[in-house]
Amino acid sequence: MARTLKLRIWRGDDKTGALQDVTVEANHGEVVLDIIHRVQATQMGDLAVRWNCKAGKCGSCSMEINGKPRLACMTQISAYGEEETITITPLRAFPVIKDLVTDVSYNYKKAMEIPAMEMPAGMKPGEPRMQQVDVERSQEFRKCIECFLCQNTCHVIRDHEENKKSFAGPRFFIRIAELDMHPLDILRNRKKTAQEEHGLGFCNITKCCTEVCPEHIKITDNAIIPMKERVADEKYDPVRWLGSKIRRREEVL
Amino acid sequence: MATGVFSEGRAKISERTLRTDKWWIQPLITVAVLFSFIVYATWRALENAHYYAEPLISPFYSPCLSTTCVSGSSLLGTPFGHIIVFGMVLSPAFIILIFPLGFRMTCYYYRKAYFRSFWMSPPACAVAEPHAKYTGETKAPLIVNNGHRYFFYIGLVFNTLLTIDAILAFKNPQGQWGHMSLGTVVLLLNATFLWGYSASCHSCRHAIGGRLRHFSKHPFRYKAWTVVSRLNQKHQNFAWVSLIWVAFSDFFVRMVSLHPTWNKYFF
Amino acid sequence: MTLEKYKYDVVVIGAGGAGLRAAVEARDAGLSVAIVCKSLFGKAHTVMAEGGAAASMGNVNDNDNWMVHFRDTMRGGKFLNHYRMAELHAKEAPDRIWELEMWGALFDRTKEGKISQRNFGGHEYPRLAHVGDRTGLELIRTMQQRIVALQQKDQRETGDAEKNLKVFAEVTITEILKENGKVAGAYGYRRESGEEILFEAPAVVIATGGVGKTFKITSNSWEGTGDGHALALKAGANLVDMEFLQFHPTGMVWPLSVKGILVTESVRGEGGILTNSLGERFMFKYIPDVFKDKYADNPEEADRWYLDQDNNRRPPELLPRDEVARAINSEVKAGRGTEHGGVFLDVSKRLSAEVIKKRLPSMWHQFYELAGVDITKEAMEVGPTCHYVMGGVEVEPDTAAAVGVDGLFAAGEVAGGMHGSNRLGGNSLTDLLVFGRRAGMGAVEYVKSHGANPASDATIQKASAKIEAPFARTGGENAYSLHQELQEITHNLVGIIRTGAELKEAIEKIADIRKRSANISVTGDRKFNPGFHLAFDLDNMLLVAESTAKSAILREESRGGHTRDDFPGMNSTWRQVNHISSFDGEKVNIKAQELPALPKELFDLFDVHELEKYMTSEEIAKGGSK
Repeated sequence: MARTLKLRIWRGDDKTGALQDVTVEANHGEVVLDIIHRVQATQMGDLAVRWNCKAGKCGSCSMEINGKPRLACMTQISAYGEEETITITPLRAFPVIKDLVTDVSYNYKKAMEIPAMEMPAGMKPGEPRMQQVDVERSQEFRKCIECFLCQNTCHVIRDHEENKKSFAGPRFFIRIAELDMHPLDILRNRKKTAQEEHGLGFCNITKCCTEVCPEHIKITDNAIIPMKERVADEKYDPVRWLGSKIRRREEVL
Repeated sequence: MATGVFSEGRAKISERTLRTDKWWIQPLITVAVLFSFIVYATWRALENAHYYAEPLISPFYSPCLSTTCVSGSSLLGTPFGHIIVFGMVLSPAFIILIFPLGFRMTCYYYRKAYFRSFWMSPPACAVAEPHAKYTGETKAPLIVNNGHRYFFYIGLVFNTLLTIDAILAFKNPQGQWGHMSLGTVVLLLNATFLWGYSASCHSCRHAIGGRLRHFSKHPFRYKAWTVVSRLNQKHQNFAWVSLIWVAFSDFFVRMVSLHPTWNKYFF
Repeated sequence: MTLEKYKYDVVVIGAGGAGLRAAVEARDAGLSVAIVCKSLFGKAHTVMAEGGAAASMGNVNDNDNWMVHFRDTMRGGKFLNHYRMAELHAKEAPDRIWELEMWGALFDRTKEGKISQRNFGGHEYPRLAHVGDRTGLELIRTMQQRIVALQQKDQRETGDAEKNLKVFAEVTITEILKENGKVAGAYGYRRESGEEILFEAPAVVIATGGVGKTFKITSNSWEGTGDGHALALKAGANLVDMEFLQFHPTGMVWPLSVKGILVTESVRGEGGILTNSLGERFMFKYIPDVFKDKYADNPEEADRWYLDQDNNRRPPELLPRDEVARAINSEVKAGRGTEHGGVFLDVSKRLSAEVIKKRLPSMWHQFYELAGVDITKEAMEVGPTCHYVMGGVEVEPDTAAAVGVDGLFAAGEVAGGMHGSNRLGGNSLTDLLVFGRRAGMGAVEYVKSHGANPASDATIQKASAKIEAPFARTGGENAYSLHQELQEITHNLVGIIRTGAELKEAIEKIADIRKRSANISVTGDRKFNPGFHLAFDLDNMLLVAESTAKSAILREESRGGHTRDDFPGMNSTWRQVNHISSFDGEKVNIKAQELPALPKELFDLFDVHELEKYMTSEEIAKGGSK
């Protein structure tokens, strides 16, 4: 055991809760999730935490470590000083269930509101032909592991519970962008609905989603801003609007 | 009623943030620099003097469109005569500065900068903002931000004019071509940074190729898009360096106007 | 406590690739379906699959077809595979991949715009459809989004998205309910609240994945606790060939906290080479006779293969996984391992930094963030890690129906037979899809012909009492420490290299833990209580470990994922034998069962000289069954 670690872990439920001090042994090279497991096995058998792969691929162990939204399995304890106390809390944008586990059902509801991919009628399996350059933009967004850290950090809902009903959040803006940039998707009202139903206009480009993304997806630059520009094409740009009335170009594009 | 991180059902934690790093430094620097720039630019625009030292013109005053402009500084003539506000002649700087200002106010990078630092919405990631309500860019006036592209197009006109100003700086004070001075370098850099800022703009990226669905059918636009995309990653850097350099260019022209010898000629 | 009750036509346990594919099939046929999973929707272990999904689409090399794929699969499994499963898999895999594309999956592309395919160990041609090195994520997300699409359709048609297709996330199933000898549903509890939940359904599809958490060093996530294996056993079904566990040759070995995490085989597919601490490229020493004509025996030819695959033999780094894992194990045992007990895997010498980051992005990320190693510049340290269980529920190949229990189906890793004694990389993702769909079809057919089979109150009460039990005890055993003990035993005594004496010891020790586990007590309440959850997982893992150890001690040969130090050779007589585990309520019993013989038309796909390496002379003489 290389060092003794001081932790403050939030424990409680949707009614009450508090930060509890814990001291635990830690080995060189361990991540915060290892430490939580050790606390679980030795001191708090019923400490609730979600986790799965412990390799940064499933996006289950999202929590806030020293106030920053992070994956516990990708947070090395060596990043913290010898004397530092590490504070661990559940995500603060979602209702808490118990200890470090929150109710993330908001995200699954929003997923349900985004219309699925639609292939051209009559296209048969095995027929699609797409060039690599045409799929690459969407592929970046499909790297998303649905850890919901972007959703958690986005101030639009983190700081304003009431916006949850009309705001899909960064995770689903990249989903919309993925589909709008998909070479074969035929649903053409995604720009309009992004703005009118999913709350794209709430975003003020403060980029926290990009900052916390463990997959380093350029959420703001590559999805949200391009979508805002595409929305502008349809809704806020009279010249282009006129152009689109004169000749229907989208099929060609 | 409590909202945000203090909403019903969320983990009961009394701190607005538990971040232990110095998250407030970044917004503080942004405020300091932007505020200094605004103070300086306002003062210079009000000063309405020392913006032309043949052949150098301050970017704050170019193109100088008012009949009150000092002689030789009006590249495009004086189509408006001059404008009187509250009995005073409006500085020609105000007539034009509104456009670059609009370009920067609606810029996707500056939006992050000022929403975080001035409006604290949010001040930093995972730091609770002080506002009770938030509607983002869904309503006036912020909905104007969706018109960024128009400011971008106007910005291109200004870039062109300021490039011409830089080319004119290859003259000497007597109006003869083939000379080069410190001022030439200052204005050339100014034009370069502004072009960099425009070329790396998100609207530019969209117009050049981002709006396409099938890159493979537009190989040239795709290529251009990849170039702009690379520049776009540096948009923030271009935004700051071009802003600071515009102010510096103005300052330089002002100093040359007061002390012509400051503008050292290389040849 | 009020009991949550639901009635469905089909209950699918597990929301990985196989479970979701089964659910889609059953819903498409008009049935109502519940999907039950232990973690959140979309987090299943399928996301961890990296390299790709094997399907002989022939997009990169048009010599490829299902027969070549079938041959590769049988060879990889050392001919212990159920031929019919391997055949169905090879034939149907391309359709399953193309279907994913129709649902929105975005695979990497060839120049012609088709799905690109990459090389992988044991596959003769480039065959793995992939997306960088995150193919599993693409698969699970696509299936998840397909489920959502079906729910949106239900929403439009009925006004209720979840009326006929609902995901029950964070629910543990503790028992398959039976009535009149047939499946009647499933019983379990919500992990969040600890509250019990009852699903009544005439058909249950088990798609719970693997058993890796039985072992100390594993690439599996916490969910891989053999739940489906144990549920099936307890419901009266059989497990087949549980001695075969795949140790993936390349898991991370350092730092400690990531020990076991997978390093995708694509690293070798893209040109990574294995060296020991002396700098030797050691794999050339470990090419078994059966593979001599397919693998290069010198570095020059191996290197040429990356450029010209038609005229050169493949590098030995791309041998099937069992061979590579054993080779690495031998090198380390011989003292030629690295400081942390692995060997070096280096891709930086062959590919540029840019290409590595593009083709192996998550590997780069994983090593950079977790080990501080930049794989574009340095070698990785790797060693074997428990990765996959070839054994599993004995099923009818065409319907995925569990043998012996009406109404029970199994697909994916939890089902046995398809991969024989060793699975080829890339075959698992298509296995999930092919047999997930077939399990769905099987369930549909069964439900249509059998109808509802309600569970009686007595059955329900019995299931409920089991969940209550750990809370009734105090001061009993700690589930965490028993789990650690079990992992030590399996790691040391039932690991990559086994001996009869060690297996005997393991069987005794596992029986001892089993006895003690009956006395587990839990602290805290029912609400999201990991100690309580582990108590059930542990019971499942113990059954699996017992089944594995008992099957392993009987098989006196070395084949695929089963290596006996005391019986090092492969034996053609043993090839004819499957080990069938069953559970009598107290202990696991093993019986030998004859493997179905290759039918003539499949027999004839092989060169007879190749078959001679695997089969007895009588089998060869028969020339396959008619």
